[in-house]
Amino acid sequence: MSQVRVLVGTRKGAFILTADGTRDQWTVNGPHFAGWEIYHVKGSPADPARLYASQSTSWFGQVVQRSDDGGGTWQPVGNTFTYDGVPGTHQWYDGTPHPWEFARVWHLEPSLTDPDTVYAGVEDAGLFRSTDGGREWRELSGLRRHDSGSSWQPGAGGMCLHTILLDPTDPARIFIAISAAGVFRSEDAGTTWQPVNRGLRSEGIPDPNAGVGHCVHRIAMHPSRPDVLFMQKHWDVMRSDDRGDSWHEVSGNLPTDFGFPIDVHAHEPETVYVVPITSDSEHFPPDGRLRVYRSRTGGNEWEGLTAGLPQKDCYVNVLRDAMAVDSLDSCGVYFGTTGGQVYASADAGDSWSPIVRDLPAVLSVEVQTLP
Amino acid sequence: MIRVVLPAHLRTLAQVSGEVQVQLQGPVTQREVLDALEARYPMLRGTIRDQVTYRRRPFVRFFACEQDLSHEGPDAPLPDAVASGAQPLLVVGAMAGG
Repeated sequence: MSQVRVLVGTRKGAFILTADGTRDQWTVNGPHFAGWEIYHVKGSPADPARLYASQSTSWFGQVVQRSDDGGGTWQPVGNTFTYDGVPGTHQWYDGTPHPWEFARVWHLEPSLTDPDTVYAGVEDAGLFRSTDGGREWRELSGLRRHDSGSSWQPGAGGMCLHTILLDPTDPARIFIAISAAGVFRSEDAGTTWQPVNRGLRSEGIPDPNAGVGHCVHRIAMHPSRPDVLFMQKHWDVMRSDDRGDSWHEVSGNLPTDFGFPIDVHAHEPETVYVVPITSDSEHFPPDGRLRVYRSRTGGNEWEGLTAGLPQKDCYVNVLRDAMAVDSLDSCGVYFGTTGGQVYASADAGDSWSPIVRDLPAVLSVEVQTLP
Repeated sequence: MIRVVLPAHLRTLAQVSGEVQVQLQGPVTQREVLDALEARYPMLRGTIRDQVTYRRRPFVRFFACEQDLSHEGPDAPLPDAVASGAQPLLVVGAMAGG
């Protein structure tokens, strides 16, 4: 029978939640790296036993951990993230130049085909790649050296490269997203990059239609249709049908179009999930009701999913990397909250139940579907 | 033999318990001790001092013999009691946060 392994990063350690394909009974294993912030844990699609984890604290900096046995044991690997050449400056919050400084790894994206190749999205925004299982990291500096780089500015959470999407149909095509610069696309495996933000509109920046400078919170694609991208922006849920060349809004009837995560059903490329959050100054669900919204039409028409989710007095947030789907026949959807709950739905969002309720604040959720 | 006491998180990372010891041939300074420590426990690279600038991380302090040595130069001699092994060098995670 199939198995599901949910990889949870929290403010105080990593947890591994496992269940068989029924997803009824769960085992909670952890904390791994207790006391450390675990921004992200992700498994290799090419070798599910290979996991990578980003471990950090303000005290002791960045560590990258690797497991070769599905999280049973871990070994620290390379943690040297040195920007290529003289890194220069980006804009600080007050608009003054600020030197590029490495802070932490936000996101680890293993290659689709090689377990030893993994990408790291870091703060201050940069993209690194390791081809030896995480031992050594080299910056793909064409991104940071883009003409617009000196104008990039951090969002409230820091200037982070938080999303990396690898096109399964073209190994040379990579999408990344940065808060608050926007989406960039490479067609040459990360050597050169172009911003792909046309159609985004952001009030609160000097030019609402600027080519760069948008606070993109998350982008998602379905692997069978990599030309179509979905985006949760600071405000607005957006869609592109041309690999990011142009975007249009699909917020439709959402109660609010502010939020952080966005994901796509494993088998239905037009079925999309978001978690609406009240506003940028009130990071909790509207009316204290935790609702996942699902569109089966690729956006615009959304239905609130509430069964099993708290519908009163709920004031948690769901962060950008804290939602994922499994690929079982009945698609499972998972998300974690800043209140430490990890919710699972084994029926594509129709009903939900908590796997675990009292973890530290959840930073990230990833899922592996195992044979 | 130089004795070093690591904070709990770094003992876990280095998979050690209690004090660790490093052997030095030359002068006993912060730099020499940390070089030897990182050579023996490579997973500690970057956790106590920056890997490029070698500056002490802001929330890490060095204490020994009831003195705060954090602001001493990396090449300043450590106290004789540390050099002789009578006292350990304490690597401390600063009390910070809420």
